[in-house]
Amino acid sequence: MLTLKRAAGRAVATAAGIAGTAHASLQKDAFWNLPSGVTSLSREEYGLHMMAFWVVVVIGVLVFGTMFYSLFAHRRSRHPTPSNFHENTTVEVIWTIIPFLILVGMAIPAAATLIHAYDTRNADLTIKVTGVQWKWEYAYPEQGLQFVSGLDAASTRAAPLDSGVDPSSVPDYLRGVDHPMVVPVGEKIRLLITSADVDHGWWVEDLGVKKNAYPGFINEAWFKADRIGTYRGQCTVLCGYGHGYMPIVVKVVSQQDFKGWAAQMKHDGFGYTPSASELAAVTSDSDAGARTRAPVAPASTPAPATSAAGD
Amino acid sequence: MVYADTHDHAHGGHGPATGIMRWITTTNHKDLGTLYLWFSMIMFFIGGLFSLVIRAELYEPGLQFVTPGFYNEMVTLHALVMIFGGIMPAFTGLANWMVPMMVGAPDMALPRVNNWGFWILPFAFTLMLSSLFLPGGAPQSGWTLYPPVVLQTGPSLPFVIFAIHLMGISSITGAINVVVTILNLRAPGMTLMKMPMFVWSWLVTGYLLIAVMPALAGAVTMLLTDKYFGTSFFNPAGGGDPVLFEHVFWFFGHPEVYIMILPAFGIISAIIPTFSRKPLFGYSSMVYAIAAIAFLSFIVWAHHMFADGLPLPAEMFFMFSTMLIAVPTGVKIFNWIATMWRGSLTFETPMLFAVAFVFLFSIGGFSGLMMALAPVDFQYHNTYFIVAHFHYVLVPGALFAIIAAIYYWIPKWTGTMYNETLGKIHFWLSAIFINVVFFPQHFLGLAGMPRRIPDYAIQFTDLNKISTIGAFVFFASQFIFIYNILRCALFRKGMAKASARVWDGARGLEWTVPSPAPYHTFEDPPEVDDHEVPWLEHSAT
Repeated sequence: MLTLKRAAGRAVATAAGIAGTAHASLQKDAFWNLPSGVTSLSREEYGLHMMAFWVVVVIGVLVFGTMFYSLFAHRRSRHPTPSNFHENTTVEVIWTIIPFLILVGMAIPAAATLIHAYDTRNADLTIKVTGVQWKWEYAYPEQGLQFVSGLDAASTRAAPLDSGVDPSSVPDYLRGVDHPMVVPVGEKIRLLITSADVDHGWWVEDLGVKKNAYPGFINEAWFKADRIGTYRGQCTVLCGYGHGYMPIVVKVVSQQDFKGWAAQMKHDGFGYTPSASELAAVTSDSDAGARTRAPVAPASTPAPATSAAGD
Repeated sequence: MVYADTHDHAHGGHGPATGIMRWITTTNHKDLGTLYLWFSMIMFFIGGLFSLVIRAELYEPGLQFVTPGFYNEMVTLHALVMIFGGIMPAFTGLANWMVPMMVGAPDMALPRVNNWGFWILPFAFTLMLSSLFLPGGAPQSGWTLYPPVVLQTGPSLPFVIFAIHLMGISSITGAINVVVTILNLRAPGMTLMKMPMFVWSWLVTGYLLIAVMPALAGAVTMLLTDKYFGTSFFNPAGGGDPVLFEHVFWFFGHPEVYIMILPAFGIISAIIPTFSRKPLFGYSSMVYAIAAIAFLSFIVWAHHMFADGLPLPAEMFFMFSTMLIAVPTGVKIFNWIATMWRGSLTFETPMLFAVAFVFLFSIGGFSGLMMALAPVDFQYHNTYFIVAHFHYVLVPGALFAIIAAIYYWIPKWTGTMYNETLGKIHFWLSAIFINVVFFPQHFLGLAGMPRRIPDYAIQFTDLNKISTIGAFVFFASQFIFIYNILRCALFRKGMAKASARVWDGARGLEWTVPSPAPYHTFEDPPEVDDHEVPWLEHSAT
């Protein structure tokens, strides 16, 4: 199975290469498939994905092979007299039990990965992620940093109806932001995800993280990127007019560069003073891993929002 | 068995009324079946046009035709129209036509309720589609209507909610009618385990509808009171929770998925034995599989919510229960193939669509199994991989079964054979281009394209172009189908007449009445001949 998986990975990589899409960005390398990503979680997810894929391919070949053989060999011109059999308890029991066993075999590693994904303990750094129509707000309470991350200027110009700008001339069209999230490489980053208005979804494929953001509730997720680079994603929960214009960019940098970036941001006026309770919340280890009610809920249902990029 | 066609000659008023009043006042199950089917046909075309707006906008990056807001409205209405206006009324129409004839009943058990259930629908959809013309337009939330975003809708929200209430009433009346007909009006000797699979599948579907439509009605009513009457069911500031809506919605929504596929299973279980000239393999396990799927459908809803941050044990439970559905579904696929095995197969249009159903529905089932794995669903959730998955089960799944059913039974309904050549052209265009539309979307999703976005990053361009071209050709090729069935329904002169049996391998009471089926059938209950229930005979392997 393992060699099969490796071979598949190579085949996919080759296919991507032939298609001429193999660029520096991981997103493009993975054009035909999930990327295996840069975290242990994303690699486990990729492994499960490929395992499930090969299981269904093998089942599909067997089942459809049988069916197409029958369509060919048992058509009336070759097989004019039909049989009349229409039950066989042994066969029926077998094809109930075998799929069940295959499912058990898939469920066990999936459960292990799920437990891993929910283990948000022992984080090195906690970042608050808040979705707002239609931007992301990131806060680093331990560093005293807070800033809004929105669609970058070039995409904002090109996006509207009849903008007159060719989107393919824009680098990272709809996938670039003004202020990316920056994290140090090799450290466990815990995200506390919430929303200021409607539901949003924070997803970066290469990090293997997708978690919904709800107003009044806090969701947890974590990742530990082991490669320096820039990783892109988007909002994944339909959140109204500007849903397609809410990209996410995470820059994974060296510890040194992270410190430099934090100092620069503070210098640029993105500093803030977190409250004591906020600091306590981010530094304490929760063992929930799941959604919890936020201590302070937003004031009320937001007013209808009407404008966005592309208006 | 000889059909007693001399019976109603002496009575006046047994034939249909004339003119438009026939259709407005009818309580005849065949008339209502026809009305349901035409209604769903119109809705398929409206919903199809909405999907073409979506696909046209996605042909290349950048916005060319619509604003993001209107795009979102199309996303919402495409799904609502296709689900509640297309697929569900089509199955109710088929049940109206076929269930009484299959169980040997003279009509549905509650004919006036039947009329009411249908005539609610045009009003419901007028209300729903009128939302496009109201200030602020239709909801931009998708058909799932998640709060809080759906509460940002303008004055059209109560229109859509009231339309959903009306559709719910229509569905429930239809479901009650089918269930009561099956349980009370079967001909003597038509025991439950002699019923055709289509009847079984609708019996189970009827119960699912009765169980879950009220959950949807409750969910949307809570939206209404949250927006207009100051309640806080889903508003965290008042102690509510947006995820509560998701739970209630998907408690309806997942059984709804099976409401849209179980009748299709019934249709395929009728067609494959006919054209294999062999009894359905494993009749009783098919019945148990449907019942098992229906039961499981109530305990898997949160697999739509894996990214919600549910507690770990809940996540585990819903992952395992979801995976279990593969077992009874697999049984059905294996049984259909075993039915074909060593049969004597011919490939008339209904059979072609049925075989394509088995093949392509299974592909949708395979991607479904993959996304049952919760940690991998973190990557698939709300991407085009999901869009590809549910369109595979709904279009070459549910819709192909409906098309197959119409080709299969239209000679019985109209007494006229459809044109086989046109049927085959329609099949091949549909079968090829539905894959051109949806197969590339698997790759788009895996490569990172979220669903419900009006514009996308440059690397997604090529596959979106392919998908859009496929959508336009698929849509256009459905006009062949319209022409083919219009010929049967309206221009019958000079066309091949259908015999009573129509297909030499067909079994069941509906094939014992003449073609076209008289306006009233089985006013005297028929005798159930074992010839018509071949799955009961002992195997001669």
